Amino acid sequence: MKSLAELAAIRDKMKDKVVLREGTGEIRVVVGMATCGIAAGARPVLNAFVEGVNKEGLSDKVTVSQTGCIGVCQFEPVVEIYESDKEKVTYVKMTAEKAAEVIEKHLKGGKVITEYTITNAIS
Amino acid sequence: MIRSQVLICGGTGCTSSGSKVLMTTFEEEIKKQGLEEEVKIVPTGCFGLCALGPVVIVYPEGTFYSRVAKEDVAEIVEEHLLKGRLVDRLVYKDVGEDVKEEAAKHVSLNDTNFYKTQKRVALRNCGLINPESIEEYIAMDGYAALGKVLTEMTPQDVIKTVMDSGLRGRGGGGFPTGKKWSFTAANSADQKYVVCNADEGDPGAFMDRSVLEGDPHCIVEAMTICGYATGATEGYVYVRAEYPIAVRRLQIAIDKAREYGLLGKNIFDSGFDFDLHIRLGAGAFVCGEETALMTSIEGNRGEPRPRPPYPAVKGLFGKPTTENNVETFANIPQIILKGAEWFASMGTEKSKGTKVFALGGKIRNTGLVEIPMGTTLREIIEDIGGGVPNGKKFKAAQTGGPSGGCIPASLIDTEIDYDNLTAMGCMMGSGGLIVMDEDNCMVDIAKFFLNFTVDESCGKCAPCRIGTKRMMEILEKITSGNGTLEDIDKLEELAYYIKENSLCGLGQTAPNPVLATLKFFREEYIAHVVDKKCPAGVCKGLLQYSIDPEKCKGCTMCARKCPAGAISGTVKNPHSIDTTKCVKCGACMETCKFGAISKG
Repeated sequence: MKSLAELAAIRDKMKDKVVLREGTGEIRVVVGMATCGIAAGARPVLNAFVEGVNKEGLSDKVTVSQTGCIGVCQFEPVVEIYESDKEKVTYVKMTAEKAAEVIEKHLKGGKVITEYTITNAIS
Repeated sequence: MIRSQVLICGGTGCTSSGSKVLMTTFEEEIKKQGLEEEVKIVPTGCFGLCALGPVVIVYPEGTFYSRVAKEDVAEIVEEHLLKGRLVDRLVYKDVGEDVKEEAAKHVSLNDTNFYKTQKRVALRNCGLINPESIEEYIAMDGYAALGKVLTEMTPQDVIKTVMDSGLRGRGGGGFPTGKKWSFTAANSADQKYVVCNADEGDPGAFMDRSVLEGDPHCIVEAMTICGYATGATEGYVYVRAEYPIAVRRLQIAIDKAREYGLLGKNIFDSGFDFDLHIRLGAGAFVCGEETALMTSIEGNRGEPRPRPPYPAVKGLFGKPTTENNVETFANIPQIILKGAEWFASMGTEKSKGTKVFALGGKIRNTGLVEIPMGTTLREIIEDIGGGVPNGKKFKAAQTGGPSGGCIPASLIDTEIDYDNLTAMGCMMGSGGLIVMDEDNCMVDIAKFFLNFTVDESCGKCAPCRIGTKRMMEILEKITSGNGTLEDIDKLEELAYYIKENSLCGLGQTAPNPVLATLKFFREEYIAHVVDKKCPAGVCKGLLQYSIDPEKCKGCTMCARKCPAGAISGTVKNPHSIDTTKCVKCGACMETCKFGAISKG
């Protein structure tokens, strides 16, 4: 090891691998992964979130995790986004493409995509 | 892309309860579900809750599963990792008197009573990183402190920072670490050394082992920093051979650090050279004493030598040497990175920072805890430890192992720090904390620890070699019912004599368990001597088992169980015990269904 820069390079490279364990995410993205969710295609959605969040360098503040059935099986794959001090946002009938859009607009831009939310689907 | 990580404890406690098999089973199950690309298994060091091992944590949720068996793995993988549903029955629950079922369940590790009040500095990476991966350590800001020291600070700056932090030796004595470093730095010599004392010998203590097993790189980093500050270029870690996992991981850490150029020549291009070696101890308690430890590293029989000269002047191989305990070193990188003020903001006026305790004995959550100095004994036992099990009453806590004393229940609200413990005639020691309830006899406890020091005395000086043996004989006389009140006085006098005249710390502290129990539980000694009774019913020499003829139905169960043939009687008639034959094993009392047998 000859320089601090070298050390910093290793740290940055590895940071993504351990950040999961710190649980400091201000935003929590939760994907419904019960049988209904998986059958409707939740797995590619989950993977799209995990990869997208990492690629965009959001892993410091966004935690992607999974949950069981939340009871609105006809709307699966369901994704919920929790952010402290804000109301929970529930996206329904998600796809990997929509996930990319949510990362771009909602997670990065802070703007809820109303047309994918459950409120929109019901009304 | 990894979305979830399964951390499995690979500390000594969990390894012995089967975490290795767990690791391979997880690998198989994850493969079976096709999740290899999404879920990663990470072996870690000790989480602290050893009684509930093997312990598994699933991130990002931080779900804390305890007592996981091989058979549970398939369910965790299918339910939690595949479908995102927690396996409720394995999630850790708080334990204690007034914990309600509903409130007791915690999804995340950090919310549990056991962890909530803890403050992890020395143990910060234990259970969080893979101890065999230098890269994970670096990701947690590892070696950043070393980088800072070598590129931005002078050796004097480093010593000043450590001094200002108020860090004191965690091995037991509590000597200010910064001061110790400055003594070595002030002596010029062609060669100086840094020694890490990992010869953790107190019965029931495993703080240092856990640090070495869970975060070995922090010791490598801290010793290198110490070398730079004091002008040493070589270091030795003296670790017990009975800690095979710790030794292996430390060796991996040293090898990796060399490979990355974090040990060796010209570290960080600063011109500073430092290298480390491991020396194994053969299990002698006296080798935890600093001068005996150095004598042992030199290849001689581990015996202490008189001080002065202190190690800072004439230590290892006759050269100036700084010796610190594992836990002391574990605090150093954080102090450098976060600053002396941050460290000094924790703890009490004269005892800064945190202390790791190995919690054991009559307590629900056996394990390892790190708390700020000044936390009360009540918080440790009732909140973190979950209280005394089986509805028994807390009687005393033993601290400092064979060199320490005990804190009685009446002083449970004492804030734990160096000076309060010393004032009580107790000692911080390395951090063993053994909880005792009403079923423990204090005379017997004193005898247990004294027996340990009698065995472990190296024999070099007479007060320790002969004196502790004589004390032991008096204690045996008392517990067998042959003691007199004069014996108690003689015991006390001898204890003070040994304390004042022994050569090293072992002898100087060996009488502490006796003195502390005499101070707080003198009435128990008197009961043994005057009433010929052991109030807790432990000392066999003073016990008498008897059968109540009113309650005895003559079932003959006890007579058949008795290994000494001491019980006689015929069917359906009351039995009796021949006290001359009775070996006081208690088997009859356990067997009796009618509660007819009593001891006293």
